[in-house]
Amino acid sequence: MIQFFEIYVAKLPEWWPEMLAAAGSTLLLTGYAFGIAIVFGLCLALAKLSRNRVLSRAATLYVELMRGIPTLVVLFIIYFAIVPLGITLSALVAGALGLGIHAAAYVAEIFRSGIETIHRGQREAALAVGMTPRQTLRYIVLPQATAIMLPPLINMLVIVLKDTSICSLISAPEIMLRAKDLASTYFRPMHLYVLAGAMYFAMAWPLSLMARGWARRLGRGRHGA
Amino acid sequence: MSATSPPGAAAPRATPAVSRQGDAAVVTIEDLYKNFGSLEVLKGIDLAIAWGEKVAIIGPSGSGKSTLLRCVNYLEVPTRGHIYLEGELFGERLVDGRHVRMSERELASQRKHIGMIFQSFYLWPHLTARENVAIAPEKVFGLPRKAALELADTMLAKVHLAEKRDAFPERLSGGQQQRVAIARALAQEPKVILFDEPTSALDPELVGEVLKVIEELAAEGRSMMLVTHEIRFAQNVADRVVFIDHGVIVEQGPPAEVIRRPSHERTRSFLSQLLQDG
Repeated sequence: MIQFFEIYVAKLPEWWPEMLAAAGSTLLLTGYAFGIAIVFGLCLALAKLSRNRVLSRAATLYVELMRGIPTLVVLFIIYFAIVPLGITLSALVAGALGLGIHAAAYVAEIFRSGIETIHRGQREAALAVGMTPRQTLRYIVLPQATAIMLPPLINMLVIVLKDTSICSLISAPEIMLRAKDLASTYFRPMHLYVLAGAMYFAMAWPLSLMARGWARRLGRGRHGA
Repeated sequence: MSATSPPGAAAPRATPAVSRQGDAAVVTIEDLYKNFGSLEVLKGIDLAIAWGEKVAIIGPSGSGKSTLLRCVNYLEVPTRGHIYLEGELFGERLVDGRHVRMSERELASQRKHIGMIFQSFYLWPHLTARENVAIAPEKVFGLPRKAALELADTMLAKVHLAEKRDAFPERLSGGQQQRVAIARALAQEPKVILFDEPTSALDPELVGEVLKVIEELAAEGRSMMLVTHEIRFAQNVADRVVFIDHGVIVEQGPPAEVIRRPSHERTRSFLSQLLQDG
């Protein structure tokens, strides 16, 4: 056991700078992927709720499709199937795109149920004072829905953060890829994967705590203004 | 009566507004039908509300009176028939002599001239009383924020809630919430105010404060349509009482006539039941 930690003491100065740089990539990847998921997910949710049946069917189909396909498959399709079409994407861009459009399906469901939770009368009152549907969404529905949606959205962010690890399979230079490289260079897989796990946990745990804290605040009936 | 262009006339591609010349009515309801699926809720309503007139609409629950009110500002889209605001076609426009529904944007720019009070208030819980009142003046009418908030203060004072301006709706009683909702409608400077059973969701001891505010507004000569179960209140405030049953107007007239001396059996039995319960 002592030996196990002695190796960290000896090797961490060599590993740490590389792992830290990789953690930066992981965060960048998470940020872009989640940004794509939020924007695209909101569009999907609005399409699903739209009275236009073609639009809502298409969005529903997309959501169902994505929920039935593993993230990794989406990632490979984007990275390997699009390249022959003459489009070359860097591993980071392909990774963010793949994770983003996949997570968008889940984010869309969070948005949809959040928006549906807002009572119809809230919308009607907004329309009655002369707001357009767009203003109603922006000033009345989304501010109220956000408070409800925030905990599941943060949970989704945690999932995306952890899912970035599979981007190592398309050689995106993130934590998992760096850990794998170092593991084979130093023949210390156990140490490096434990280190990688600890780094993910250090990033994810505070987010989970935030989500839980927010959910508790909501449970007490505080408004989210 | 008909607002369509005469047949054979060189029809303009899009007429922006249809004017009913010399019309003294603020709201005109013309041959209004509303179905929900196979259920016929309104079956041919014709009604005109004159400027400054206060019309109380009474009738049994399920008679269609709330639906009628909701059709006036197109929260419900009529199955047939038309609404006019100040003589202008509401929610529709004439294209090549045919009635075509407006876009939601156009509809919003017409709706802002009609105030509506809901049975369950529907204040926005994430905004303070003051912000609830100020948001339409700011976002819909384009007032600067400061002016909108000042207008909100004025309107809250009118409903005797100036001191509650920074309270969130959850901190207000039902009666106070409804008064804020009235202030919110007043801030639109509406041409007509629609009251959809404004006191039905209130505890009995809170009804009075809301009715008092509505009476004050009535005394200012505002045009109002009021769906209510408060018969005595309708009698005091309304210029005209309209009794609706099964989606048609059964009878209408001055409150003294309709309420004291109803000429139809259906009105009589409805009123006697209501006055017994009250």
